[in-house]
Amino acid sequence: MRALRLIALHLRVVAMYEMQYRMNFFLQLFQSALATGTGLVVLALVYAQVDELRGWSRPELLVVLGVFTIIGGVLESVVKPNLVRFMEEVADGRLDFVLAKPVDAQLLISIRAVRFWQAVDVLVGAVVLGVGASRLTPRPGALAVLGFAAGLLFAVVILYSFLLILATSAFWFVRVDSFVETFDGVFQAGRWPIGIYPGWLRTGLTVVVPVGFAVTVPAELLTDRSGWVTLAAEAALAAALAGLARLCWRLGLRRYGGASA
Amino acid sequence: MSMPALLDLYRVQARMAVQQQLQYRMRNAMVLVGFLTEPVVYLAVWTAVAKENGGSVGGWTSGTLAAYFIVWTLVRSMNVVFTPYGFEWRIRTGQMSASLLRPRHPVHYDLAYFAGSKVVWFVMWLPIAAALALLFRPTLRPEAVEVLVFVVAIVGAYLIRSLLQWLIGMVTFWTTRVGALFEIYMVAELMLSGRLVPMSLMPSWVRDVAGWLPFKWTFGFPIEVLVGDLGTRALLLGLATQAAWIAATAGLLALAWRGAVRRYSAVGN
Repeated sequence: MRALRLIALHLRVVAMYEMQYRMNFFLQLFQSALATGTGLVVLALVYAQVDELRGWSRPELLVVLGVFTIIGGVLESVVKPNLVRFMEEVADGRLDFVLAKPVDAQLLISIRAVRFWQAVDVLVGAVVLGVGASRLTPRPGALAVLGFAAGLLFAVVILYSFLLILATSAFWFVRVDSFVETFDGVFQAGRWPIGIYPGWLRTGLTVVVPVGFAVTVPAELLTDRSGWVTLAAEAALAAALAGLARLCWRLGLRRYGGASA
Repeated sequence: MSMPALLDLYRVQARMAVQQQLQYRMRNAMVLVGFLTEPVVYLAVWTAVAKENGGSVGGWTSGTLAAYFIVWTLVRSMNVVFTPYGFEWRIRTGQMSASLLRPRHPVHYDLAYFAGSKVVWFVMWLPIAAALALLFRPTLRPEAVEVLVFVVAIVGAYLIRSLLQWLIGMVTFWTTRVGALFEIYMVAELMLSGRLVPMSLMPSWVRDVAGWLPFKWTFGFPIEVLVGDLGTRALLLGLATQAAWIAATAGLLALAWRGAVRRYSAVGN
């Protein structure tokens, strides 16, 4: 309960701050539209040549693009800004101030820095998802939609935990900001269902960097490609990664020397 | 400052770049891995399209597509230039003041520095190209003359892309922010240069538009010199067009520079 109140409080502060810069909303909308437009053009180019790509129809790939944009928006607006700030603080010792506060430090470092307007991506992604989903035949049932929502939630947990594990390596290596850049590159692979990639890459995008897995599974659930077994596997992966992230966090804190180091 | 002195400047800047890049080997390797996703995704998508189509799409087989996007990785790493974001940073923090005090036009320092860092990038690219070739089995049989033209075309592509992005960066003399404009540039480049997909797979009107713009001379042309079968006339015509674009962008830059310097008032410190 206290955690929820804390999250709401931080969000309100961020919102109040960012409302001063309303122009940024239009800039962000413009950038999101540009990125999504590019994605749509690529789909048009592909489906000018074929009717189906490895069994995926055009509306189905629209769903994948929507999911990709939504998850990307969550990462850009909430997950990454927080972790980048955390890594900087580990490097220069300011993390002391966080550790001195009487709440769980992992919670605190995950909710402080939110890029408010970047959340426009989530809206744009939802529109793309909606258009794609409305053209699906047969229409997805209520159960599929429910599974999809759960899948989306697990996907965010998976990617948050994965990025937190990367970020906690700052406790050992200090300067790790290039990991984030590399992740940005690899994340782009999520634009397409992992089924279109060659086997070694599919394995990599599932096991090593679970990007493809995270984006593809919700889309598969909505388009009736996979069922409860996959959802259970995704839930298990989310739980395992969240646990591992917590472990890395604890070990890292023990290793952290503070501002005097 | 005389011509030999200018060459000296380039030599020293380039050597500095090599030494600085060598300090960040791990970082550079990570950046390169992030880079690779882009062509590998395009390659996977178009290979899947070709397979769906019974082996080829618009004359491209999985072998030639592989060749296209592996050469793409080389062109891309030779194409990395000083970005408008860097320019924006210089303007916002007042770094430009120091550059203006130097005896030569600041563009020379950037051109030389980024050219020098290519040496390190090329060495890092070699094992990656070998790995990609093993994984994707490209069909690539260039003739000697094509290899020669390719080397020149890469230099041309580097110069055009550098000068274009410098021009966009110079907008910050007036506006301080450049993000939106640069993103338009990036999308235009993606669509009209052969970066996203070989231009022959684009609708014909897009190709017509691209013919009048500089973008395809920074990606599609050098790649197709090596991968395609252009013929002597097209090769020479291509190099001539690149030269024309270099002259045009350099001229525009010199012109805009005069106005920009007059306009400059150090922001920041």
